[in-house]
Amino acid sequence: MRKLHQFILLAGILFSVTINSVAAQKIEYIKIPGLEKILKNPANKLFVLNFWATWCAPCVSEISGFEKAARDYDPGKVKFILVSLDFPSQIENQLIPFLKKNNITLNVDVMMDVDYNAWIDKVDPHWTGDIPATLFFNNARKSRYFHSGELTETELKKRINSLL
Amino acid sequence: MKKVIILLAGILLKTISVTASEPYKPGDIASDFSLKNVNGEMVSFSQFKDAKGFIVVFCCNTCPVVKKYQQRIIDLNNQFSSKGYPVIAINSNDKNVSPGDSYEDMQKVARERGYDFPYLYDESQKIAKLYGATNTPHVYVLSKRSGKLIVEYVGAIDNNADDQTKADKKYVVNAVNALLGNEQVPVAETKAIGCGIKWKKTQE
Repeated sequence: MRKLHQFILLAGILFSVTINSVAAQKIEYIKIPGLEKILKNPANKLFVLNFWATWCAPCVSEISGFEKAARDYDPGKVKFILVSLDFPSQIENQLIPFLKKNNITLNVDVMMDVDYNAWIDKVDPHWTGDIPATLFFNNARKSRYFHSGELTETELKKRINSLL
Repeated sequence: MKKVIILLAGILLKTISVTASEPYKPGDIASDFSLKNVNGEMVSFSQFKDAKGFIVVFCCNTCPVVKKYQQRIIDLNNQFSSKGYPVIAINSNDKNVSPGDSYEDMQKVARERGYDFPYLYDESQKIAKLYGATNTPHVYVLSKRSGKLIVEYVGAIDNNADDQTKADKKYVVNAVNALLGNEQVPVAETKAIGCGIKWKKTQE
């Protein structure tokens, strides 16, 4: 009986740890090599890279659509990454509080290289640097689509479905 | 023969569609315009008889990247207007999409920040479209050559929006200094992260 009790307790702890790790959000800080590593990822998986910043109003308004859409796809098939372009001086006082307040669960990679001209073309040569912008790619299938401007949840899902 | 005609027609068609929509690149001839300044007067390049060229900045009141650059835009005018390259700032944002970018708001910002250069309202957004501006801030350095305005530089002001003191590539300053010294512009085109121009919502 005591063993069963312990088992339930242990199972409970394990369960809560798993739940936490699912909900816990990962923040990474990247520069050009980190960005290139993502862009060249050979996995047979659709990557959805959203370039945004908390100072960009249309970016902020589309983020909930990305959060909701992400729940409808198998993370093994579609990987969402929010690439934050917040100014390095505003990460602690603006970006982190924003992510907490809005319960953002998607992974956030903060682009720390502000010499934009050095890397914008690596994302897409047609991108002029306006945000929001979203890049979809699956390198294993050689598929790729770049979108500049806002996306609604419906538009986003439509695009993902067309690339799956 | 038929093939040749089809090919020629194809090339012609492509040329037409390209010229209709391509953004200005270095080497292109820029068009003059007439836009309303914050003081109520209409402004054109042709009024600046003594200018050697212009630093045209597509900007606005609201974009946080523009706000980071406001002082640097004022500094550019202070540094170069007396040398023949005045700043001409243009706001092309739609006031319905971006409420802080109305003509009245422009007057307020110009007054508060002490803009001593024209700050023009491109209400129809035709000039932004003609030039191919997409972001704010988006700079076009133009120079007068045999009566024409040539695009010499397109892109960012420098390579650090966040911290002016860390900007080690001052694209616009370097471009204008090169032109003043009759040298070739070292970097003629750059890209930068910025706010997209707030286009009018098309009626559906």
